[in-house]
Amino acid sequence: MVVSRGFRGRRSDGPDDRVPPGQYLTDDFPVLSAGPTPHTPLEEWTFEIRGGAEPVSWTWDEFRKLPGETVTKDIHCVTKWSKLDTTWEGVSVDTLLGAVDHDAAFVLAFCDGGYTTNLPLEDVTDGKAWVVYGYEGEPLDPEHGGPARLLVPHLYFWKSAKWVRGLALRDEDEPGFWESNGYHLRGDPWLEQRYWGD
Amino acid sequence: MTIEERKLDGNAIGGVLFEIFGTEVTAATGVCGSCGAEGYVATLDVYADAPGIVARCRSCEAVMIRIVRADDRTWLDLSGTRTLQIG
Amino acid sequence: MSEVVDAVQETPRVRTLVLEAEGWEGHRPGQHVDVRLTAEDGYQAERSYSIASAPGQRLALTIERLEEGEVSSYLVDEARDGDRFELRGPIGGYFVWDGGVGPLLLVGGGSGVVPLMSMVRHRAATGDETPVRLLYSSRSYEDVIYRAELDELAAHGDGFEVFHTLTRSQPEGWTGYARRIDEDMLREVAWPAGDEPRVFVCGATRFVDAAADGLLALGYAPTWIKTERFGATG
Repeated sequence: MVVSRGFRGRRSDGPDDRVPPGQYLTDDFPVLSAGPTPHTPLEEWTFEIRGGAEPVSWTWDEFRKLPGETVTKDIHCVTKWSKLDTTWEGVSVDTLLGAVDHDAAFVLAFCDGGYTTNLPLEDVTDGKAWVVYGYEGEPLDPEHGGPARLLVPHLYFWKSAKWVRGLALRDEDEPGFWESNGYHLRGDPWLEQRYWGD
Repeated sequence: MTIEERKLDGNAIGGVLFEIFGTEVTAATGVCGSCGAEGYVATLDVYADAPGIVARCRSCEAVMIRIVRADDRTWLDLSGTRTLQIG
Repeated sequence: MSEVVDAVQETPRVRTLVLEAEGWEGHRPGQHVDVRLTAEDGYQAERSYSIASAPGQRLALTIERLEEGEVSSYLVDEARDGDRFELRGPIGGYFVWDGGVGPLLLVGGGSGVVPLMSMVRHRAATGDETPVRLLYSSRSYEDVIYRAELDELAAHGDGFEVFHTLTRSQPEGWTGYARRIDEDMLREVAWPAGDEPRVFVCGATRFVDAAADGLLALGYAPTWIKTERFGATG
């Protein structure tokens, strides 16, 4: 490894209790994607929950009428950048799952463009997850996952699936897009669960 | 910069592919497992700033190659590529 | 591992670094290298840069400083003789021209001209007589990389021609093109399809895709055209 004199990069360190191990702070909001930005018209957009006693779905108008909240959270991307105090507006996943009878232990979020990510149920309930449509008081930009994305800030940000269209309730943990190709099934940044076996 | 503007091509992952295959692969041709389109690896649509690298068929956008690199391990998924002709 | 041995400021935003790289065995025109910088605390960043020099010349990379670019701003503003960084390469077997095949059309946008310049320099260094036309899009006169060298090579009258287009501002008395590349401009500059030319297009994604589409519309076969998209990250 060759150290390059004078190179620092664009990042800073932050308070240990807020920046997980191996992360750096950024003020930017880097745009990461695994594919082209989808552009589903709102008239066609639905959010579904599958795998419960009965399928449930909301149109965009119905979804926007659900009780919403504004939350401020720190987010941590597995590519090593962290961003503190980001503010989002959306619906708690607790509210959404409350509409369904189920005994699932896992969910698989599915999205426009084909992206998926898996999560244990306890990581998306009890106030830990939202489906958000607003960022910093503005409608969520398509580049950042709009019209709506999943927000699960206590896990690495690849779990906060962009362009989310629903949750599939599952009895077993089914690896999603990145989890099936090296990324950790759970992804807790405080335990540095980046990859398989971490 | 938008996602569209940040989209690259297989040339950009030539170095990574060299490390994995031990040989130059950008001039290799691949057949899309989804639509059958054939093209150079160099002309795949590459999204390289995701948590990993995703290379998609230029014709149908299906995922043909996925690469994730940790410090000590690399995961390569070619399941979206029916066949790769190298050399 | 490589070390900076010389630097040339090409334009306000663009600099060429001349390197001595351990174990360097040469390259083909059009290839690139992957540069990796490591900070003292182990933080690393990696980017690809096209080789500007011809085979046989001192290894040179030309880098454009991008606004948010942590690597490009280091290489353009900070790096000096004696500085070292890791280098992987040369890389690429598709976007390469070894001479001979033509007539050749090179279409470059901004720093997309860099790998094309390696081809142009290779042609000059080997006395290759393949007819070559370079269509080069820059924002303004001050942003034209290798301006004097291109003028000089074009003045030889040995089959190498340069066509500039300046898209944002033009100097007084400018007689070249003054707009983004479009089909009309390509029709005027590009070789007739009947000549079965070979083409290399390089620059930002939108530029490359538009130029390639424009050439297809002129009747160029897709197999004649090779493209390399440059990214936004620096």
